[in-house]
Amino acid sequence: MVRLERVGITGRGLVVALPYLWLLLFFVVPFIIVLKISFSDVALAIPPYKPLLEWVGKNSLAIKVNFDNYAFLFTDSLYLHAFANSLKVAFLSTLACLLIGYPMAYGIARAKPSVRNVLLLLVILPFWTSLLLRVYAWIGLLKANGVINNILMSLGVIHEPLTMLYTPFAMYVGIVYSYLPFLILPLYANLEKMDWQLLEAAEDLGCRPWQAFYKITLPLSRNGILAGSMLVFIPAVGEFVIPALLGGPNALMIGRVLWDEFFANRAWPVASAVAILLLILLVPFMMWYQSVQARESAGAR
Amino acid sequence: MNYRSSFFILSCIALGFAFLYVPILSMVVFSFNASKLVTVWDAANSPTLKWYYSLLNNEEILDAAWISLKVAVINASGSVILGTLAGFGLARFRQFRGRFTLNAMTTAPLVMPEVITGLSLLLLFVALEQLIGWPAGRGITTMTIAHMTFSMAYVTVIINSRLSSFDTALEEAAMDLGARPVKVFFVITLPIIFPAILSGWLLAFTLSWDDLVISSFTSGPGSSTLPMVVFSKVRLGVSPEINVLATLTLTVVTAMIVGVSLWMARRARLDQAAA
Amino acid sequence: MTTSAGGVVKAQPWNDPSARPYVEVERISKTFGDFKAVNDVSLKIYKGEIFCLLGASGCGKTTLLRMLGGFEAPTAGKILIDGEDMTNVPPYERPVNMMFQSYALFPHMNVEQNVAFGLKQDRLPKNEIKDRVATMLDLVKMSDFTKRKPHQLSGGQRQRVALARSLVKRPKLLLLDEPLGALDKKLREHTQFELISLQDKLGVTFIVVTHDQEEAMTLASRIGVMNHGEIVQAGTPSEIYEFPSSKFVADFVGSVNIFEGKLIEDEPDYVRIGSTELGGTIYVSHGISAPPEAVVWAAVRPEKIFMSTAPPQAAADNVVRGTVQDIAYLGDLSIYLVRLPTGKVVRVTRPNTSRHAEAIGWDQQVYLSWDATSPVVVTR
Repeated sequence: MVRLERVGITGRGLVVALPYLWLLLFFVVPFIIVLKISFSDVALAIPPYKPLLEWVGKNSLAIKVNFDNYAFLFTDSLYLHAFANSLKVAFLSTLACLLIGYPMAYGIARAKPSVRNVLLLLVILPFWTSLLLRVYAWIGLLKANGVINNILMSLGVIHEPLTMLYTPFAMYVGIVYSYLPFLILPLYANLEKMDWQLLEAAEDLGCRPWQAFYKITLPLSRNGILAGSMLVFIPAVGEFVIPALLGGPNALMIGRVLWDEFFANRAWPVASAVAILLLILLVPFMMWYQSVQARESAGAR
Repeated sequence: MNYRSSFFILSCIALGFAFLYVPILSMVVFSFNASKLVTVWDAANSPTLKWYYSLLNNEEILDAAWISLKVAVINASGSVILGTLAGFGLARFRQFRGRFTLNAMTTAPLVMPEVITGLSLLLLFVALEQLIGWPAGRGITTMTIAHMTFSMAYVTVIINSRLSSFDTALEEAAMDLGARPVKVFFVITLPIIFPAILSGWLLAFTLSWDDLVISSFTSGPGSSTLPMVVFSKVRLGVSPEINVLATLTLTVVTAMIVGVSLWMARRARLDQAAA
Repeated sequence: MTTSAGGVVKAQPWNDPSARPYVEVERISKTFGDFKAVNDVSLKIYKGEIFCLLGASGCGKTTLLRMLGGFEAPTAGKILIDGEDMTNVPPYERPVNMMFQSYALFPHMNVEQNVAFGLKQDRLPKNEIKDRVATMLDLVKMSDFTKRKPHQLSGGQRQRVALARSLVKRPKLLLLDEPLGALDKKLREHTQFELISLQDKLGVTFIVVTHDQEEAMTLASRIGVMNHGEIVQAGTPSEIYEFPSSKFVADFVGSVNIFEGKLIEDEPDYVRIGSTELGGTIYVSHGISAPPEAVVWAAVRPEKIFMSTAPPQAAADNVVRGTVQDIAYLGDLSIYLVRLPTGKVVRVTRPNTSRHAEAIGWDQQVYLSWDATSPVVVTR
């Protein structure tokens, strides 16, 4: 690789400076502001929070760090339930995505190259179609006079429509449905690089297909599984749209809580505190994802 | 390699794709249903195009679509520039101050829940407005900035990955023949990685076009995007015009994907044979 | 056919103390972290030479080449080209061009555009560019392919375009990184001679990196054998082959039989070495410089060993008995592996000059002998 130091430190610096500064200003600084606001009081003003720093008298500056918002979150069981429920929903959805998505990714990776491309295209297509519209599709399928109920009733399987919409069940279906491509694609990328001759060697040595899968394929695809799972789990914890459209009022997800606090209650400081806690909760998973990605690309090189 | 897959795998694939596509296809089918109830098929009057006419005359939706289009185009173009710079830096410069930070900042948005990014950006804009008077109120500008921030992360990943598998000997050969590094980038590297840049543009466009949460946080009065309008309609239940919108979207996306992949396949053959 | 390699060899500027080197590498080192890729290398290369850097993978030859091209900055030392210090000059400002191992043809440009690229960077007038490109393509016999793109060419054709592209700027120095590695055997041989002829015509100084010693021997006016980042010996192909300076060089270039032994007699005009490995004594008709009782190695090339079923006349040195263990028939010659009573296996090659020559078969008892001028004694 050419030593680009020859371009001079200014040349290289300029290239990365623009995106770096942009992200610093529009990605990192906002988090600091969220942190700051999570410590302030609600106010009937625009914007609806009291400033953090206040001049008291002529020469002194008072910083008011108000822990009330956090205390409120920890004492009100609603929020704790919301966090716990979000984690549970995200975890179970990830599991479901794995159960459905792994065989699909596996099958695509083992298909003939021409078929493989078509199948990949079919997986990518929903990904490019609006999430909102795809979730909307399930409203039409799951509601009382929706497609599924109509078919089941006309077949005589049931006599009264099943309540599927506005239940946790609908929310799970929605999340698994929307995030499935996010699991399949990185998993496929990992499986595609596998040396299939390892399986043939194993079978040659007397290993049964299922054993070979369990002992060879599964461990080797570990990075793909982790990457795909993180791509489902982490955003699912904070998911808003799907609980809002498919889950009922009992579908308590932290993303929805944040939205409601912000838009419905105009409680910006509380919403900020929720955001900070959610962030803290997810950072370990994000760092895990980063390390899996680093390992995968190091292995590839 | 043995391409036969077991019956189990084949049925999983079939069922999996059925799961993915039945909802989409049902939306398409019911877009032609005359009944306002959408899912109750009105055999007497269907199939019909009446909802198509209705949608295309719906001012609210058309205005929102126009705003979405503007934001998406500016976002895609800006993200491609930022993402290419970042991707190039990460792929080509082995060491520089802030490399770890830049890497973290360009991968975090990929997994961050949108409510967090949306909230944080809105608070930033409010604080900035208080501090320096810009941006004055929320609207298309703030939305575009917000979109660009998360879109560029995706573009960075795409460009970084493409440049990592790029034969650097091509760049070295160009320099060896007398071209300075900046010239090499524009005359050699850019044309060759163009498909990746195009993918990045399309991805950024789509992410912006479909975005709901971040747009809701960072938009202002009179700058509702298409997803925001759809969301407010859909919260109340089904609506036949939304089915039409879904069908139209699906058609455009399919045409685009098929077209682009055919074009990329042709170019990939060229690249493979040469590099 | 006169070759520049031949022409330069006849003149032998490296033996002329008043000749000015065209490329001077002065104590060049390159370290990556704690790994020393190139260790204190000094070289003098003369105008019109084809100088080959020969070594196994990882010996540092490619790193050295890249430093000559400007793609790596030396950690220490200087590089002078035609008298000018080029150590830190970037590649786009050096009068040096490189032919890459993968050819690195720009896939989005056709043959003509590829070759013209370097000239365009110099902002030459359009007509001149067109002429020079046409002349060059004609020289490499690719004039019919000007509008083709690289992916439409065969490996050999791409190589010729890469060569044309790197020579069209008439560089002072052309660096070639494993130029013939990707070609099959027949094409390789053909291209070797074409390369020499081209170089002769244009008078460009070549520095070639290769791991293939046959290639080095064919192309080079001089070879620099590299190992672990250092030049272990530099000289003409015959010097390297006939007078290797160490066991490593003797073994690396061609095949060789090495017998370890101790000096029994050490005179100015001859030495006698006693070798338990051989099970006999070796008489070498020239003196060597080594401390008394030193351990030395005598290297004898396989083609210089005579093999016969009858014992040679009254000889005490340079003869040994053995049994034929293996024979490889290669058409033009045969390789015999002969096992000595000491256990050592000696490699002997014999040209199959006559169909009815004395046939030597497996398990046959033979006598091996060689001339007193054949062994080369190395002290390391």
